[in-house]
Amino acid sequence: MLSRTAANLYWIGRNVERAEANARLLEVGARNALIPNTSGGFRNEWDAVLRASGTAADFAQRYGEPVQRNIETHLFFDLKNSSSVAACVERARENGRIVRTALTRQLWDALNTAHQEMREMARTERSRLSLSDMTDWAIHTVAQIRGAALATMLRNDAYDFLNIGGALERADSTARILDVKYFVLLPHLSFVGSGLDNYQWRTILRALSLERAFGWAYGGEITPQKIADFLILNRQSPRAILTSVETLTHHLDRLARGYGRSSPAQEAARALHAELAEARVEHVFEEGLHEFLSRMINALAAVADVVQRTYLSGEAR
Amino acid sequence: MTGEAPFNEMYQGDALRPPYAGLDVWARDMPAELRSMKQHEAEALFRRIGITFAVYGEGGDPDRLIPFDMFPRVFSAAEWRRLERGIRQRAQALNAFLADIYARGEILRAGVIPAHLVHCNEAYEPAMAGFMPPRGVYSHIVGIDIVRTGPDDFFVLEDNCRTPSGVSYMLENRETYPALLKRTLDSLAPEKCEGAPRAVILTPGHFNSAYYEHSFLADMMGVELVEAADLFVEGDFVWIRTTEGPQRVDVIYRRIDDAFLDPLCFRPDSMLGVAGLMNVYRSGGVTICSAPGAGVADDKAIYCFVPEMVRFYLGEEPILANVPTWQCAKADDLAHVLEHLSELVVKEVHGSGGYGMLVGPQATRTQLEDFAAKLRADPANYIAQPTLALSTTPTFTEAGIAPRHVDLRPYCLVGERIELVPGGLTRVALKAGSLVVNSSQGGGVKDTWVLAE
Repeated sequence: MLSRTAANLYWIGRNVERAEANARLLEVGARNALIPNTSGGFRNEWDAVLRASGTAADFAQRYGEPVQRNIETHLFFDLKNSSSVAACVERARENGRIVRTALTRQLWDALNTAHQEMREMARTERSRLSLSDMTDWAIHTVAQIRGAALATMLRNDAYDFLNIGGALERADSTARILDVKYFVLLPHLSFVGSGLDNYQWRTILRALSLERAFGWAYGGEITPQKIADFLILNRQSPRAILTSVETLTHHLDRLARGYGRSSPAQEAARALHAELAEARVEHVFEEGLHEFLSRMINALAAVADVVQRTYLSGEAR
Repeated sequence: MTGEAPFNEMYQGDALRPPYAGLDVWARDMPAELRSMKQHEAEALFRRIGITFAVYGEGGDPDRLIPFDMFPRVFSAAEWRRLERGIRQRAQALNAFLADIYARGEILRAGVIPAHLVHCNEAYEPAMAGFMPPRGVYSHIVGIDIVRTGPDDFFVLEDNCRTPSGVSYMLENRETYPALLKRTLDSLAPEKCEGAPRAVILTPGHFNSAYYEHSFLADMMGVELVEAADLFVEGDFVWIRTTEGPQRVDVIYRRIDDAFLDPLCFRPDSMLGVAGLMNVYRSGGVTICSAPGAGVADDKAIYCFVPEMVRFYLGEEPILANVPTWQCAKADDLAHVLEHLSELVVKEVHGSGGYGMLVGPQATRTQLEDFAAKLRADPANYIAQPTLALSTTPTFTEAGIAPRHVDLRPYCLVGERIELVPGGLTRVALKAGSLVVNSSQGGGVKDTWVLAE
């Protein structure tokens, strides 16, 4: 496969996943903003969302005060914000257009339809669009794109690159969402374990569509330990970092088998996988949640870098 | 020629022409609602599949849909047989001409074509002199634009020897054409090719107006769609960058201009292209389709001589006639053109896509005066032709079925054999009375059918 084709497939995976992550972040923000009593009030909530999206500085420069309407614009519609939902959808479709021959009709159709609906939405008067209309649309659309890939693509290297991009992005976004929750939303340790704290944790689970799943897996009271375990180390959890790294390793292994040679990318992913598979949630808290998550984010970036050099740059020999 | 009513391919007076018998019933029986539903369906499909083209220099939607008319154009088997023979003959003569002018130049020595028209031509490629491409073929995909003015009157309007586009708008030949093209490309493997040749399509990228077509062809042929940055030269060969390391390429069907093929050979200032490509080509390591320099043959000044080429190289009489053409480079012709400007169509010698042309009968007085000034300033840059009464075929319009002017672009493939899919692309001027069929100027397309015996 052309390296450029592989790169575009990989970026479809990443962009689609990022569009969903940002739509979900918006939803978390909106739900959290509904409760007035957190320290610093609503501003704090929205600030956290902006930080999680990695665009807080950019936002402050362009809009100033974090007002909900502006944040919606910024995170959803603004093409100048490279991680807005619209920008991710447009880029994913552009990636798809470049490698159309590597996509199935249904997958292209899903990407192209997303692009057209996005344009339509951007033209719609904002007073007629509720935030939940927007986030629901994004989540549905991403599900459709993913479903089209799952149901129609050959299980070949194209499918692997798409999934490698998706898995890296998902692991990264889970780490970031968790990090924000722990580090920014609740700077005061005294809040930990309070009713308010629980409410906020719950909104995160709900925004990830994982609230019921969490209940089934753990039952009882929501504690930071259980949440961290669920979102980092639990193989049953679809958004856990370990689960994504497992997916990543699986597809890198398949690539290496198919191409008949092992790769440094495979080794890097396996090392990360081994660490997570052995880890226990107590270790995470001993290291410090924020420290642990920062290390994960860096480790994932390092794997992405090796994937880039091994397969996507065209320098492979 | 302008006075009479144009030839209607479906009706002669009140009589229905036989090739359209089936369609007549179909069109009559179709309720208006069903028709508009089908038309919407077709548009939605085009939009969803992404069969789009871009219009340069206009801004606006970069993904514009090509207007598609559902009413097909039909040829009888006998009509097509004659057209097909004429097209093959012409494609063969054009290739013989190209192989000749880059070799001994017999036709120039014989004084049949003035040498300066060839050697001073912008499209003439000195780098090709003395080189014979595989099978002696320069132009592998020849698009020949044909207009009709009567039951048996077909004229060639222009030839396209470089990289004619539009094949992806054909519906009837959607599967046959790419299969034939693949076979043609495979038959053109270079000398040094070992085993089954690997062909690729070289595109300028997804911002190009014909990008949909490039990806369509790559997909249907099962070959890689590459950009220049995916290719590199090492040793005696051209390679593509893949996830499994470099892989050799044997045949490149390029959809980029000569100037952007190889910066070492053509434009040292260009970042585009594949450095060293021409060296590999000339040493038999890769085949480039169409060959660089093939554009000389589709120049409008050379066009006038194509019938002579047929006689010179093939010793046959041309089956398809040219449209009578005045070469403004000649003083007598120029005088005639200036005098009759309001009746003529004037085109730039190197122009294409309907840009930079004047349709006399439809121009305003100011436009005519402006154009006359341009003609006087640079007469050699123009040719003029009578305004032909292009034939019409029934077309679905807002107001129901109405005749609209059409032309025809068949695609002739030249490799080991000369292959031609039946029909081709019919372009239609959607505005009532308009004679300009280019998609960039308000034209659309229709499917073209050839009946079995």
